[in-house]
Amino acid sequence: MRDKLANALKTPGADYIEIRIEESKASRLVYHGNRLEEVGRTSSLGGNVRALVKGGWGFVSFNNIQNLRENVDLAIKEARLIGKEHFRLSPTEPIIDVAMKGAKGPLAVSLETKKLLLDEYNDIILSTPKIQTSSIGCHDGQKKITFASSEGTYIEQTRADINLRVTAIATANGEVQQLGLSIGSPGDFSAIKGLQQQVKEMAQRAVMLLSAPQVKGGEYTVVLDPILAGVFAHEAFGHLSEADHVYENKKLQEIMVLGRKFGDKHLNIVDGAAVPGLRGSYKYDDEGVPATKTYLIREGILESRLHSRETAAKMKEKPTGNARAISYSFPPIVRMTNTYIEPETLSFEEIISDIKEGVYAREWYGGTTSLEMFTFSAAEAYMIRDGKVAELLRPLVLSGNVFATLGNIDAIGNDLEMNQGGGCGKRGQMPLPVSNGSPHIRIRHCLVGGS
Amino acid sequence: MEEILSQAGKIAEQSEVFQIISRITPVNFEANRLKEIQAKESTINALRLIKAGRVGFAQANGYIEPKKLVEMAQETCQFGMPAKFIFPNKMVYPRIDVFDSQVENVDIESMVQLGEQLIAAVTKHTSSIVCEAMVTKGVITVNIINSEGGNARYNKSFFNISLEGVLIKNEDMLFVGDSLSSCSPIVDFKPIAEEVMMQLDLARETASLPTKLMPVIFTPRGVASALMSPLISAFNGKIVFDGASPLKDKLGLQVFDNHFSLWDDATLPYQVASYPCDDEGVPGQRTSLIKNGVVSHFIYDLQTAALANTQSTGNGERHGGAPAPSPSSLIIEQGDTSFSDMIKDVKEGLIVDTLIGAEQGNILNGDFSGNVLLGYKIENGQIAGRVKDTIVAGNVYQLLKQIVAIGKDARWVEGFLLTPCLYCSGLSVASRTV
Repeated sequence: MRDKLANALKTPGADYIEIRIEESKASRLVYHGNRLEEVGRTSSLGGNVRALVKGGWGFVSFNNIQNLRENVDLAIKEARLIGKEHFRLSPTEPIIDVAMKGAKGPLAVSLETKKLLLDEYNDIILSTPKIQTSSIGCHDGQKKITFASSEGTYIEQTRADINLRVTAIATANGEVQQLGLSIGSPGDFSAIKGLQQQVKEMAQRAVMLLSAPQVKGGEYTVVLDPILAGVFAHEAFGHLSEADHVYENKKLQEIMVLGRKFGDKHLNIVDGAAVPGLRGSYKYDDEGVPATKTYLIREGILESRLHSRETAAKMKEKPTGNARAISYSFPPIVRMTNTYIEPETLSFEEIISDIKEGVYAREWYGGTTSLEMFTFSAAEAYMIRDGKVAELLRPLVLSGNVFATLGNIDAIGNDLEMNQGGGCGKRGQMPLPVSNGSPHIRIRHCLVGGS
Repeated sequence: MEEILSQAGKIAEQSEVFQIISRITPVNFEANRLKEIQAKESTINALRLIKAGRVGFAQANGYIEPKKLVEMAQETCQFGMPAKFIFPNKMVYPRIDVFDSQVENVDIESMVQLGEQLIAAVTKHTSSIVCEAMVTKGVITVNIINSEGGNARYNKSFFNISLEGVLIKNEDMLFVGDSLSSCSPIVDFKPIAEEVMMQLDLARETASLPTKLMPVIFTPRGVASALMSPLISAFNGKIVFDGASPLKDKLGLQVFDNHFSLWDDATLPYQVASYPCDDEGVPGQRTSLIKNGVVSHFIYDLQTAALANTQSTGNGERHGGAPAPSPSSLIIEQGDTSFSDMIKDVKEGLIVDTLIGAEQGNILNGDFSGNVLLGYKIENGQIAGRVKDTIVAGNVYQLLKQIVAIGKDARWVEGFLLTPCLYCSGLSVASRTV
């Protein structure tokens, strides 16, 4: 294979060519209520070629990996239709690394073992009084990626991922309430074991939501738990730090100028695939650039952003190893990896102690951003009254303007936790394995949607 | 394919092979310029088999030895759900036009030109806007064969053009955009350019709203982004069967305004969501979901229909795995009120065009809540300007119970929904004041 790639990469006519070949296996189990509705296995083999000619890209993806040379020709032909400018990718050292980790992937665990575990969780939910039904999805996979470029890089690496989502659904008098739990890991099956107690409490809370009131819409002082604050870091600031939004947009460059103050001195936001053992961790990105750990915000000041080799070159900054593709059908684009707010010193009690009326929002349900505006939803929320956590509320949506909101974070806790559930979507590529996290944080003047 | 079916036949009581071959060419523009041209080819073979009464499933993207695929599916069988259905026999499918051979003949240069013309029209209107655009053509071939003699095959072509623009002033970002899809080549960029220019004109001024309940008009894009996710989940036969749909016991009952009708239609010619047969080989059809406010039917695939003791509605669709109920094109019936008459009727209210985050609430219960990415304030019967820092929350069952007026012009949104504007009373709006 290595020789075939090297031969195809010798094709003349492009400033840069890369070839990525992926071989993967995946399995999934999906429950609806007491039915194990889908149990399936998938096997994939495919690849792509990307060619750069004078700043224009040609991209060809395929399942048949026998005609590499033809696919390289096609990618160059496409790129030639575009390229008009003098352009060089940000230089990186060619890397040769075939030291694949022999770690046992999730597929080493039998379907039966997975099913027995999920059956147990499902039984816990369905045996909870007043629960109507459940839904469970467990997806896992592992792949071997071979990457070679015309600059001499040749890398073989393996990646694995597990993602479990368990949802309890309660109904009464025509109303439906639901609560979910998302857990994942970079391949270690034991990460989704031992959740019996959590699943039980989740199902009980889903029932309690039926009689919970909805918050009155408006502005509140909001305290986010580590999971939701991690989603906030990802949605509200992570996406804005992706240089592909910024590099061709002069106005956004003015807004996102390095050195700009975004928050108080206590605010530090980090992204990095070099942070080990998490769902967004890897050794090299999908352009063969080594992973790094990047301070997006250090002591409240915008310090750097996430780059591919192209965006780094255009902005005259350093590549950060954040070019990722969800599969061989897509070109790599700038993505987050493991994104988190660094811990400070305050305890949870200290954070809520002087709030007269506020909202304590917990657990992730979803999030999205338009860069300037973000929204994310809490699956579980409580009123805070006179410095204490008070009544349970229906799930709610929080929203705000990034630039104002980061400056409104006025307390950061000491209890960093990473959330390994879910996945990130961008330009049709989803769900990409990422993780995010934070300690508890407090935000003043946060918009909450409600009745 | 035949080899996979024959190998599976040796070990299974019933089997089915689904194959989809696609060739897609997206042409991408970034920052108002041509950026990337792609060519994507893929071949997927999926095998379902029934052994000892249980369903197994395996899929191969790219080449796989038939024997290997059968082994994978066989492994899953032992845990699979009991099969309540049989694969469809050989049948004659309705003729539904979803293939236009002209799509393949559109050359890359013409696609580039179309995108450039669209961007030129928008940047001529507003010079500082930064646009991303995509012009895509594609052809797919679907083949389904099963052990009961069923045999379905069709080609489908599609052509799509979309634009998303961002206009930044200081720290204010305005997002505008639109898209158009067809099974035939699209040669005219003007409908998208005109929609986007209208959005830019309406958003020129900004206006602020108080925090309270107020009347709301959803544009067709607003209907898609706020109201459809809860409705799609409520009419999914599987969610109904599990008792998690608020409509589970409402069949035949008046739940919505008596002017409100909604149906699913896979038979509309040259619509990208149409098909002669679904991904299980069941013919595509038109299914009424709401007729004059009365819940009339739900959508089903084979297995869910069998569990619920009804027939498949030809909505078994695959999204990377086994078939599950999923809508084709959804159509909301037009009314008789013009958009401008709706606006004239409102003293103080909101027009919702795009929400972000609306699908993240408890959609099972019909709740939606999101930030108004594009929306306008109505003041004394006129559009006063674009609203910002505004979040709305509502429930589709409450909103659609009493509709003030339904638009007389319908529009396709994202290739799957044909809808008029909907004018409703009483949406909760919260705005940032500090």
